[in-house]
Amino acid sequence: MTHWITVIAFLALLLSGIEIIISHPRFYWGETGNVMMKPLFTIHIPASRDTVPTGYGYVMPDQNGWSRYLHFQAAWVAVLTGLVYGLASLWNGHFRKDIAPAPGDRNLRAFRHVIARYLHRAPANPDGSHGYNVVQRIAYLAVIFVLFPLIIWTGLAMSPAFDSAVPLAVIALGGRQSARTLHFFVSGALVLFLIVHVVMVTLSGFRSRMSAMIIGHADAPGHEVPGPEVPGPIPSPAFKSQEPA
Amino acid sequence: MKPVKHLTRRKLITAGAAAVAGAAGLAAADKIARRYGLIPPDCGGVYGPGETLTYAAQRLLTTHSLAREFSRDMISKSPFANAVAPPNDLFKQHQANGFRDWKLSVDGLVAHPASFSLSDIRSLGIHSQITEVACEEGWSYIAEWIGTPLKHVLNEVGVSPQARYIVYFSIEKPIWESIDMADALHPQTFLTLGMNDGDLPVGFGGPLRLRIPRQLGYKSVKYVTHLTVTDSLKSFGQGLGSASPEYGYSWYAGI
Repeated sequence: MTHWITVIAFLALLLSGIEIIISHPRFYWGETGNVMMKPLFTIHIPASRDTVPTGYGYVMPDQNGWSRYLHFQAAWVAVLTGLVYGLASLWNGHFRKDIAPAPGDRNLRAFRHVIARYLHRAPANPDGSHGYNVVQRIAYLAVIFVLFPLIIWTGLAMSPAFDSAVPLAVIALGGRQSARTLHFFVSGALVLFLIVHVVMVTLSGFRSRMSAMIIGHADAPGHEVPGPEVPGPIPSPAFKSQEPA
Repeated sequence: MKPVKHLTRRKLITAGAAAVAGAAGLAAADKIARRYGLIPPDCGGVYGPGETLTYAAQRLLTTHSLAREFSRDMISKSPFANAVAPPNDLFKQHQANGFRDWKLSVDGLVAHPASFSLSDIRSLGIHSQITEVACEEGWSYIAEWIGTPLKHVLNEVGVSPQARYIVYFSIEKPIWESIDMADALHPQTFLTLGMNDGDLPVGFGGPLRLRIPRQLGYKSVKYVTHLTVTDSLKSFGQGLGSASPEYGYSWYAGI
């Protein structure tokens, strides 16, 4: 449940984030940055403001109003959902059992072993278990405990009111424009994770994984699932006698 | 294979109790939020919940916090101001006259409605702050802003205890905004007359701009001529608090 709410919130954040970038597709480093200053880099797309020199002869429609409303509403949904997921996972041991690498796997050898299996297109979990392997666990750890906190921090650091209450939030990042640039890169890392994640799910059998998520078990054609416990026909002597001797 | 989960009576009762508690909690939160002025005027519509959460959370967190101030060497060598529409004839008359007849009228829930010339405002005490202007588009610059805290003007006219918002209007007709009393009485909310040791250039809002440094640039309205003190924003425009929500932008711009 928390997964699918996060998916909707993430897509809303991504869409509205792209719309907001279109109003000023230039990135800077440090405290300040504007069209009179040299950018760190520029995304070569048309902008929704005629004040931004893009080299294109036209201006995109302004979508910032609803994009900003949607971005912050979706951010609240994502953060509150993340809080529920985090507390529940601490409570029921999901982090400890399923996300933290298993004690025997906390070394580079285990990591390399799984990567090698991926590269040879062998099943990453040869024992047929459905738990996450060490590479998956480290990817999820990075997303949950590094990228999500970073995206929230760099986002909040762009809020002038939040910075007035917690100045260190933006100072520690090297300034307002650095926070904006980092927010862009962390979003990029999250999108990269999303792409790899969706590709992996597809390769491992989309229908089986989806039914595992939605109804709780991998109950799709092509997978061995114990059938219903219906008593089969009782072998009768007559049945037996038909067999060739 | 895991057993398919069934809805038991106990679960149904627990879920029902949780739903009732949740609804009661929301109703109580709504009542408290209204009482302490934590609901923004543009709280209706699909984005209302997010907007209310942002405004309420930031208002609780930032009531007395000060916007970051910078050292003089951080002042931007090349500040940038969004172009405004060509000034109207009334503005051009004032400009030709060197803004000598520019007036700021203050009315609404005040003991003594009054009108202030630029020199009247200056006589209430000139202060300066080096703060950043951040635009909702993403760009920013730092400048020194010279002016009089709005609070000094409000003290002159005697604001009624019922006052909850200050509505302010630009000489450029479609532009008007409002702020709550926490921002209105904030020591960095300036009626700004000067910038970087000179007069405030017209492009940056001269002769008079209301600077709200804890909110994004669009709340800092240029060419201010009129303030109204009020206890409700319902009767202004479409009742959404300012012109911005009428164009699709949020009333509160602290983020």
